[in-house]
Amino acid sequence: MRRLTYVGGRLALAVPVLFCIAVLNFFLIHLAPGDPASVMAGEGGSATPEYMAMLRHKFGLDQSLPMQLWHYVTNVATFDLGYSFRNDEPVLNLILDRLGPTLLLMVTAFVISVSVGTLLGLLAGTGRNTWRDGASSVLALLASATPSFWLGLMLIVLFSIRLGWLPTSGFETIGSFYEGRAYALDVGRHLIMPALSLALFYLALYTRVMRASVIEQTNMDYVTTARAKGQTERGILFGHILRNALLPVITMAGVQAGNLIGGSVVVESVFGWPGIGTLAFSALQGRDLNLLLGIFLVSACVVVVINLVVDLAYITLDPRMDV
Amino acid sequence: MKAAFTRFARNRLALLGAIILLLVLAMASAAPALYPAGAFALAGPPLQPPGDRFLLGTDTLGRDVAAGIVYGARTSLMIGVSATLAAVLLGVLFGAVAGYYRGRLDVALMRVTELFQTIPSFILAILLVAILSPSVNSEILAIAIVSWPGIARLARGEFASLGGREFVLACAGLGAGDGRIVFRHLLPNCASPLIAVGSLLVASVILFESGLSFLGLGDPNLMSWGLMISAGREVLRSAWWICTFPGLAILATVLAINLVGDGLNEALNPRLRDR
Amino acid sequence: MNDGSFFSPPVLSIEGLSIALPDGADRAHAVDRFNLTLRPGEITCLVGESGSGKSMVARSILGLLPPRVRITAGALRFGATDIAQANEAQLRAIRGLEIGMVFQEPMTALNPLHRVGHQVDEVLRLHTDLSRRARRERVVQLLADVNLPDPERLYRAYPHQLSGGQRQRVVIAMALAMRPKLLIADEPTTALDVTTQAQILAQLRELQRDRDMSVLFITHDFGVVAEIADRVAVLQRGQLVEEGRRDDVLRNPSHAYTRSLLAAVPRLRVPSRPANTPGVQILEACNLKKTYARRGFRGRATMALDDVSVLLRRGETLGLVGESGSGKSTLARVLTCLAPADSGDVLLDGEQLAYLTRRQLRPYRKRVQMVFQDPYASLDPRQSVGDIIAEGPMIHGASRAAAKARVTELLELVGLSAAAAARYPHEFSGGQRQRIGIARALALEPEVLVADEPVSALDVSVQAQVLKLLADIKHKLDLSMLFVTHDLRVALQVCDRIAVMRAGRIVEIGDAAAIHAAPSHPYTRELFAAVPGAMWEQSHAAEPVV
Repeated sequence: MRRLTYVGGRLALAVPVLFCIAVLNFFLIHLAPGDPASVMAGEGGSATPEYMAMLRHKFGLDQSLPMQLWHYVTNVATFDLGYSFRNDEPVLNLILDRLGPTLLLMVTAFVISVSVGTLLGLLAGTGRNTWRDGASSVLALLASATPSFWLGLMLIVLFSIRLGWLPTSGFETIGSFYEGRAYALDVGRHLIMPALSLALFYLALYTRVMRASVIEQTNMDYVTTARAKGQTERGILFGHILRNALLPVITMAGVQAGNLIGGSVVVESVFGWPGIGTLAFSALQGRDLNLLLGIFLVSACVVVVINLVVDLAYITLDPRMDV
Repeated sequence: MKAAFTRFARNRLALLGAIILLLVLAMASAAPALYPAGAFALAGPPLQPPGDRFLLGTDTLGRDVAAGIVYGARTSLMIGVSATLAAVLLGVLFGAVAGYYRGRLDVALMRVTELFQTIPSFILAILLVAILSPSVNSEILAIAIVSWPGIARLARGEFASLGGREFVLACAGLGAGDGRIVFRHLLPNCASPLIAVGSLLVASVILFESGLSFLGLGDPNLMSWGLMISAGREVLRSAWWICTFPGLAILATVLAINLVGDGLNEALNPRLRDR
Repeated sequence: MNDGSFFSPPVLSIEGLSIALPDGADRAHAVDRFNLTLRPGEITCLVGESGSGKSMVARSILGLLPPRVRITAGALRFGATDIAQANEAQLRAIRGLEIGMVFQEPMTALNPLHRVGHQVDEVLRLHTDLSRRARRERVVQLLADVNLPDPERLYRAYPHQLSGGQRQRVVIAMALAMRPKLLIADEPTTALDVTTQAQILAQLRELQRDRDMSVLFITHDFGVVAEIADRVAVLQRGQLVEEGRRDDVLRNPSHAYTRSLLAAVPRLRVPSRPANTPGVQILEACNLKKTYARRGFRGRATMALDDVSVLLRRGETLGLVGESGSGKSTLARVLTCLAPADSGDVLLDGEQLAYLTRRQLRPYRKRVQMVFQDPYASLDPRQSVGDIIAEGPMIHGASRAAAKARVTELLELVGLSAAAAARYPHEFSGGQRQRIGIARALALEPEVLVADEPVSALDVSVQAQVLKLLADIKHKLDLSMLFVTHDLRVALQVCDRIAVMRAGRIVEIGDAAAIHAAPSHPYTRELFAAVPGAMWEQSHAAEPVV
């Protein structure tokens, strides 16, 4: 029950955050050179004069700045993010259509990076100054320095072009009407490389955090107490150290949620993955600022939800968070 | 300080990083001498594989890939250092004031950093550069705006924890004013973690910048590694070298900076030997 | 005490134990050829100052030495096993089952993520085959044995919900769960308040008597030795210098080091002092109130100062005595204008100080100065000693040359060489750093010196030197002193008047001798009763002290 009130409270806190982002969007629109209405309509140039007039009226562009802000924010609150002429669809619909693949990519990358990262970090932290530590350190160093989009391209060169094992791009094999399990496998084959490209950088990060955390916990007093009770090293590692060591990793994972969705922009564009990242890329090329702002807002919402999930995981693990 | 220097020198990985970094710096500063025609000049037939005449090959238009690498180093380093400096200055300023004075200013800063943490920073940077139209200055500004909250958070934490220490209290007891306490006592003690984080920030800024230029948001007048990679995408199958070498350059540079940054961290904040 | 035990086989026999420290430590061996015999049914206290190696001995018995610290010679004979040669499996069979251990820091000794009952249960899981229900019953019984309130409910509590004393009881329960033959207690009460310490010591003694267990008790406090020891062993820098029955060692120490240590221990009595006719009041607290806002969502607001009024007279030393949370440090800081009060005022020679701005306050800073508790945190690690001491005068306008001269003068006054001015704090020991702190405080020629637990973090021999220094300085410079401490023995030795504080209020105030002879408030009586070794001192009060 207390958890539910906590969740409710956090969601309520999210509202001012989204409000701030909407306000930020507003100021970005006005930062752009030119008439805000043409900015909102998109520079596709295909907006009709009637539509432009309607836009001007709707956003109160003849009124004072605070009124304009009010109009914008209320529009956002009623889920009206504008219209994209290039794609001939309301912005919100466009984004929601593409949200699924992006979430799939993000979650997969998140799971890979956290699970493999903590595993490697655990191996490194418990085998300090052995080959395990050295090897995972080298891996982490290289992975932290590799740009994700370049890694994606190199993976394509190796696995698609040279070896032909995996498809080069896309979400599914077009023209093949897979069902059920075969469909899932097909998507999976397309998912692997993008997910790996996105995950590797964060994997390295979690490895380092976990390793440092394991080392820190190993020197704690309660570990000595456990040893004095006659506990085995294995019992100490899994019964005591592991859970304590995970806490900073979880915190870090929450912090990185925003970067993960930002990273998906480049990775999706490399692999032609039909998510909001590719949408953002095409919006960039078409200078469809309105669409970009909508993507910005929606992705912030996604981050808020992810942060909430991560926080819930944290307070489940740590009883000191008196909720 | 001298002890820190010796500690750094004994760290082999950090030395390796420093050597690589110096090579990159040398390469970048020597660019006009090595390739006086610039990186955009058409140096030869297009799509030449790496060989005797062109060490790293040529791209789709016939530009020398090696020239692109060398000039790209200038771009990356310049943007890396400038954006980092701006972010650090801004972040330390706000963080120090918030951490030292606490109160409402501190709460306000914490809210702002939390907000920035929720915003996907890369997308915000894309927006800013797109709106301000791509150029070196807009890139630096966008990256600095997106990066300063992290630094501010760190600086605030350091100042807040140091501010409660007894030696600071003692200084206040002697009648020292805020200025003296902050500049003579707090900053020198905070410098180490800030320097370490600052140096690591350069690396992440370079990665950030390469992502921006890959998406076409880089300064059109400057050659950059991200730009080269995106240009080479079309011919990935046949001319692998156009994408590969710039990526390796990014990897090497960022790796070097990370090694140096880690080394600085170890040298300036020596923990107990059971690392 | 159990004399018959002399003829039964020893529980643990330490023979020629040498423990080597890693390179770069201040000596090669933590302990060198150390011998000690622990007999059944006896409490043996191992006494030493910091760095004597006593903790290493304790840890070596269970094979819990830190990495890179090794046993290089000797034997630890426990029954048929030589622990020094035992492998991990053998050690695990002994730990928790035959030998139990209690550590110094109760706040970090328990895993914060597991419930208390689960952690005590762990011992039973490791060493018995009992069913879950049987184990649970045992654990609740164990918690009750150490006098923890409401053991059923405590079973499900988390460590952060318990106080320091309660956590230490849990650790004791864990150590004694399997009724071991030997209990090793490594300074288990050092981190606790004096009243809690008294309770835990009594608890340990009771448990030891019940189970006829052997106890090795590591401590630095001779008061604790007097309180509970049957036998005493004294360790000096890794060497055993004296060993014997408690009364023998305390009354007739044979080794010079033991004698000097005992002489340095503050007694629970007021030394004969020339009568001090105090002058008019110089520093006064008037109805001070200070509340710390509640932390987080559900915390409570804590009242650090609850309408406190007290005055310090010229030329006297007033002691503020209390346990942690009593408000004594807060009061000291408010009186020095280092912390703001919510209401009430601070008067210095009649002038109101509490609400002045920082600029207005500056000239008064010269008249009241503070010496801090932590010698390691009270000096800026990046400033040279000379700069630290010179800073005060220079802030108030002294020229560099004048300040420098003052530094030399002060260093001499506190017993350090003038060459110290060029060095940095980390090059000095704790006691020397406190001297530097005192020099800094004296640099502005204050009239009032506020000492906030100035010797609590120091070894007892160093403590005596610093206290003597403070007394000399006070006399020489004609200072008035406010002395904050948690240790009644120190207060009696140093202070003319004592104010006892509890929960933000002064419960009793009066002449040191008067309070010692006849404490009126029940809390004061409790504090006196809780001083370790008080009973022993009383019973031996008539005897000549060495």
